Amino acid sequence: MNIVVCVKEVADPEAPFDSFRVDTERKVIFASPSVMRVLSPFDEQAVEAALRIKDKMEAKVSVISLGNKLDRVVVKKPLLMGADELFLLEDEAFEGGDSFSTAYALSSAIKKIGSYDLVLCGRQSADTNAGQVGAGIAYFLGIPLVTVARKIDVSDGKARVEKVVSDGYEVVETTLPCVITVSSELGQPRYPSIHNIRRANELKPIIWKPADIGLDPSLCGKKGSKLHLLKLFQPVYESSCHIIEGDTPVEAAHNLALRLRAVRII
Amino acid sequence: MEGQKDVWIVGETKDGKIESVTFELVTAGKALAQALGEKLVSIFLGNGIEEEARNLFSYGVEEVYVLENPELANYNLDLYGTCLEKVISEKKPRIVLLGHTDMGAELGPVIAFRLGTSIVTDCVELAIDESKGFLLRTKPIQGGVALGVFRDEGLPQMATIRRKSFLPAERVTDSYQDVSVMNVDLSGVRKRIHLLDRIKEETAGVKLEDAEIIVAGGRGIGDAEGFKVLDELARYLKGALGASRAACDNGWVPTSIQIGITGKIVAPRVYIAVGISGASQHMSGCSRARTIVAINKDPNAPIFKQSHFGVIGDWKIVVPAFLDKLKSLE
Repeated sequence: MNIVVCVKEVADPEAPFDSFRVDTERKVIFASPSVMRVLSPFDEQAVEAALRIKDKMEAKVSVISLGNKLDRVVVKKPLLMGADELFLLEDEAFEGGDSFSTAYALSSAIKKIGSYDLVLCGRQSADTNAGQVGAGIAYFLGIPLVTVARKIDVSDGKARVEKVVSDGYEVVETTLPCVITVSSELGQPRYPSIHNIRRANELKPIIWKPADIGLDPSLCGKKGSKLHLLKLFQPVYESSCHIIEGDTPVEAAHNLALRLRAVRII
Repeated sequence: MEGQKDVWIVGETKDGKIESVTFELVTAGKALAQALGEKLVSIFLGNGIEEEARNLFSYGVEEVYVLENPELANYNLDLYGTCLEKVISEKKPRIVLLGHTDMGAELGPVIAFRLGTSIVTDCVELAIDESKGFLLRTKPIQGGVALGVFRDEGLPQMATIRRKSFLPAERVTDSYQDVSVMNVDLSGVRKRIHLLDRIKEETAGVKLEDAEIIVAGGRGIGDAEGFKVLDELARYLKGALGASRAACDNGWVPTSIQIGITGKIVAPRVYIAVGISGASQHMSGCSRARTIVAINKDPNAPIFKQSHFGVIGDWKIVVPAFLDKLKSLE
């Protein structure tokens, strides 16, 4: 069983609102230095999903990440968790892409890796929140797509997936190879083990430039994108919070009840 | 954009009734159709839904298509994808909008890739670029830290819209026309994904999306027991219980009540956030509440910046005292 997992490095999505600054001129979001770089959480769960399959059967887990100047500590985390190899599509040309150019590059890399039974991605990245790369990879590879998985079982050339829907879940089945996107309902990703940390130290990521996966740089990143960001701005929120005071927390709570009743909010 | 015109919305039905997001799509689509001087068209896929789909005429939709086949009774990516791709290729609409729902969030990107165009998902605002007639699509990024406005030159111009971002359309006329029913032949379509089972995990009480008042808890609640206290308050207020992703990931409450960018998007009259710090991905799911009340022991919690009322204190003391006082005010 060969499993390919696509992961993205992002600014920690659990960081508070005010640790980000929007540069409307350059159309970029700056995170304050206190904000950590992390794997996009759903992608980390996709790695976990792959490793749970590997726990049960003979499997090789290959991880791909795309970008430029990728933080080695972040992108190597899947190896520490137990993945077998890491490919980095790392080049200036890969910067600023949309779902189309990103999925195109990732699918070209997956074709180059060659044999794959299962391709896993997070359901959406924590920065763009688009949720399209999985669909794009399935399209370029011409294989089925199942989105928002919380559990994956593979056997006899098929994948059986529990797919999260708004009022519960569905159980669907499809043939391998296929693309499955993973959601947080899968559960917590594992911690690195001492064994895997030692093993990962000896593994060097394999770095591919556009030419290595048969792509002209004009098809990558921003140049290869169809969507253009015209404008980026910070939403305006009302900042007039009335802090309800009291000599004790109990009194503050009573005052809150009185206040909300008085203005007929409750 | 020679030849391609009209604004299409992909309607959804649930248990034979038009789903609420469809009326929000009508509002979104109508404004665009008016700006372009083109028609607003709705398309449904299903089985035996012609009569129900006809209702959309009274909301100002000018044409309604229904793709009929018993196999289309339930959403299936392969079947819906192939049918929709085919009809869009034939009829060539300028704009295609879907709800950012279980169906739309998956189907939209798949169709966009197949048609060689792009789509912007989870949009909260739409407009027409006056000079060129392109669809300008605004969506929250980095969990709502910023809003981005996107444009592309592909056709059709596609978007999924976030629930509750547009008001539902109201009835404007009593005149109905005939629905164009197209019986589709699915014999040549390869169905690669098979639905084996569907399990409902409805929580008891008021449905989160419909609740007037929501009491939500976060990491600060600490355990499943703590949520019982919040549930008591929610029940007293005839509201619903919600939670942040941290609380759901810890298994304190089911994920079906998760509020945030990957959970439910809610817009209640009152949102009481307890022990929630205000991470961007959570606020993105509740920032449309009319009044936000925050209870948190950390005076620097970012949630206070987006709230209307706040109490700084330990929720274990504040929440029961708040509930007692409300009861005494009866």
